[in-house]
Amino acid sequence: MSGAALPATSRSPAAARAARPWWLSAPALVLFSGMVIVPLLMTAVLSFNVFDHTTGVKAGEFTLAHYSKVFTDPYYLGIFWHTFWVSGLTTLICVLVGAPEAFVLSRMGPPWRAIFLLVVLAPLLVSVVVRAFGWSMLLGREGLVNKLLALLGIGATKLLYTDAAIVIALVHVMLPFMVIPVWTALQKLDPAVTQAALSLQASQATTLRRIILPQILPGVLSGSLLVFGLSASAFAIPGLLGGRRLKMVATVVYDEYLHELNWPLGAAIAITLLAANLLVMLSYNRLVEGAYRKRMGA
Amino acid sequence: MNRNGPLALGFHTLVVAFMLAPLVVVCLVAFTPENTLSVPTTSFSLRWFRAVFAHPDFLQSFQNSLWLALGSASIATLTAVPAALAITRYQFRGREALNGLFLSPLIIPHLVLGVALLRMFAVIGASGSFGWLVLGHVVVVTPYVLRLVLAAMVGFDRSAEQAALSLGASPATVFRRITLPMILPGVTGGWLLAFINSFDEVTLSIFITSPATVTLPVRMYMYATESIDPLMAAVSAQMVALTAAAMVLLDRIYGLDKVLVGERT
Amino acid sequence: MSFLTLTDLTKAYGDVAVVDGFNLSVEQGEFVSLLGPSGCGKTTTLQMIAGFVDVTRGSIQLGGRDITHAAPNTRGLGIVFQSYALFPHMTVWANVSFGLEMRQVPRTERQERVDAALGLVGLTALAQRYPRELSGGQRQRVALARALVIEPPVLLLDEPLSNLDAKLREDMQFELRQIQRKVGTTTVMVTHDQTEALSISDRVVVMQAGHITQVDAPFVLYENPRTRFISGFVGKANLVPTGQGGALASLRPEKLRFVPAGAGQVDGEVRERFFLGSQWLYRVSTALGELVVVCPNDGTPRLDEGTRCGVAWPAEAVRPLADGAHAA
Repeated sequence: MSGAALPATSRSPAAARAARPWWLSAPALVLFSGMVIVPLLMTAVLSFNVFDHTTGVKAGEFTLAHYSKVFTDPYYLGIFWHTFWVSGLTTLICVLVGAPEAFVLSRMGPPWRAIFLLVVLAPLLVSVVVRAFGWSMLLGREGLVNKLLALLGIGATKLLYTDAAIVIALVHVMLPFMVIPVWTALQKLDPAVTQAALSLQASQATTLRRIILPQILPGVLSGSLLVFGLSASAFAIPGLLGGRRLKMVATVVYDEYLHELNWPLGAAIAITLLAANLLVMLSYNRLVEGAYRKRMGA
Repeated sequence: MNRNGPLALGFHTLVVAFMLAPLVVVCLVAFTPENTLSVPTTSFSLRWFRAVFAHPDFLQSFQNSLWLALGSASIATLTAVPAALAITRYQFRGREALNGLFLSPLIIPHLVLGVALLRMFAVIGASGSFGWLVLGHVVVVTPYVLRLVLAAMVGFDRSAEQAALSLGASPATVFRRITLPMILPGVTGGWLLAFINSFDEVTLSIFITSPATVTLPVRMYMYATESIDPLMAAVSAQMVALTAAAMVLLDRIYGLDKVLVGERT
Repeated sequence: MSFLTLTDLTKAYGDVAVVDGFNLSVEQGEFVSLLGPSGCGKTTTLQMIAGFVDVTRGSIQLGGRDITHAAPNTRGLGIVFQSYALFPHMTVWANVSFGLEMRQVPRTERQERVDAALGLVGLTALAQRYPRELSGGQRQRVALARALVIEPPVLLLDEPLSNLDAKLREDMQFELRQIQRKVGTTTVMVTHDQTEALSISDRVVVMQAGHITQVDAPFVLYENPRTRFISGFVGKANLVPTGQGGALASLRPEKLRFVPAGAGQVDGEVRERFFLGSQWLYRVSTALGELVVVCPNDGTPRLDEGTRCGVAWPAEAVRPLADGAHAA
């Protein structure tokens, strides 16, 4: 039997083996520490720094003034409120349109279902700038939407640079984020359960309401929280479609950083947004899904 | 509960029209011969496409975006693959935390990350540097690569690796000749998805680009806040075409449905 | 002269011993099966021999060399996995040649040996195909060729036939044995299928809850099961009292025959009858409890359900059962 003999090594010591996953994650860990953790910590610190309009950021001095401004000044409170209800409305529309759409898609036959699923989801891969610009064209004075309204007898309406434009474009961008979790939840349904309900003489509507809906509710909920969080922190859409007067949290931060140069205040708003976002995005993991899992016994 | 009635299909058609409308309009207006935004009715013209190529700013920004996307997708893939190995193959304290950290850019608003990096770059003197811009994009696109590579590794038959080991291969050889080829669709799919996301990215980039490193979406954003004309439409149409090409490629390599939904449809 | 020696081989997870004090000596060229229900520790034992599971206690000697803690890529064993574990991105030829590549065997010699291995399993025509293009049986042969081409000192088979359908499994059992006899490789096979173990092994090791309960040649094992469990696991058995205290003995159904009522050891009534193709299986209720009688389908008149009859057996067919104990 020719050929080299296999080397006679024995197992590496346990300590070396325990360190291996750390060596493997090291590049990513270094990268993320440097580009995510450190900058966020620095920004958190910055939000407490004193800001002087003439001399700029005072790195050594600290104050709570920015946070108190953010939480008490009516201008900023107004922005938060505006952001909140725009996001809320977007979320509501996404639920009312996205969940039924996912349901309709799930009932389609093979070639159409895959095709239309892609049609509805593929816009995710197109830049938000292109999509927002498309809407600004559609909603302009001479745009297609106004032309359509004219056909229906309604006069030229100002749509661009209104909340309506922001909501419409946000719904366009966020709809896939609602369709995906609802679709996934629908795929997990056992068709036999629905058939059982029908065999027990439940009507289609009752089956939908009492059998299917409760089972996909976690998907609707997680989609809602995702849409809400993403809408609240949206920048490009309010920037392009809200004009100079309609501000949301993200565009206000932009103003503070690049126009007012009041970085600490901008940082305070950004940190508040981050905290709110984390709260919203992570809350479903704990509360809602847990409760539903218990009931469904999954 | 099997077939959709006419009401359902009508609703569905409206939704599809809604999702496609802005993209279709953008592509149509790009071909207008007029000076203003209008849908071409009688004739199609390439004048605005020519105008884009004659616009040095847009050409420069396109190049910036291209190199940025190539660089950040590649670096992200190179760091994500070993990280995915660590997360799926080893049990160690901190595994969950690491997984959460690497996926965190999905729930940290790009706006927040943008201003945070802006501040850090100002402090360390990295403002305007293309290299640091690349690193900024790397963290933003890493979750996309990581998710796909994790999925490939989790659904992976380990016995092929054991077979290779039993036949005398070293762990490095096993990874190179057996594991990597078997997870390659996930790796290349992840790279491509990262590329697309980097190319499209605008919110983070607005804060950390400088006049020399302006990316295409940022350039478009700036342009659109000042004037709206068919030039924007032409650039947008080109971006849509690029994205469509990337989607076809992604579908071939990995399966677009798997990428978007997370499972085979 | 023992070729593969397992001494006090133990695997424990915390306080739970999955394999406990396993002792076995395998002769060179022998075909040994580890047989037992799921959870008995047979697969863990095989994985310890292969090196994929750490040994808690005990040792593994191969041809005089202690490989207990050697890395799995240094043991040089041939392994056929339950799922075959073929490399999906390589052709059949490349799969089989892989082990030789790792040993840096020069190209011309590799070519010869791979061709020979493929010829041995009858897959020469499929050398350029990919695993996904092959049937289950063909994949199994590729896995076997890949394991044998490296001329390993020991061949390990992990339930190699369990993924095949019944007819194919039977055919492969004989082929596997033929190939092993031809090549002469010492083989250890794990299986839960007792027919498989009995038909191809030189010796069968019956395992239960991490221990060896009996080691014997197939015929001896079948005729002389040590414990109640083994008598029921390896073949079917009737349990009859021996007359000494409460001790039971095993009595194989095929050893029983029908005689006129009163002419046998016990009388009974046929309760149920099943046709199994080559045999008839009868359930007969008697004073000794329900007995299972198996008769060959050789043309002798069948008994209908409800018939009163006598049941007889040769005295030496009654095998007393010992308590279950660790095998030597």
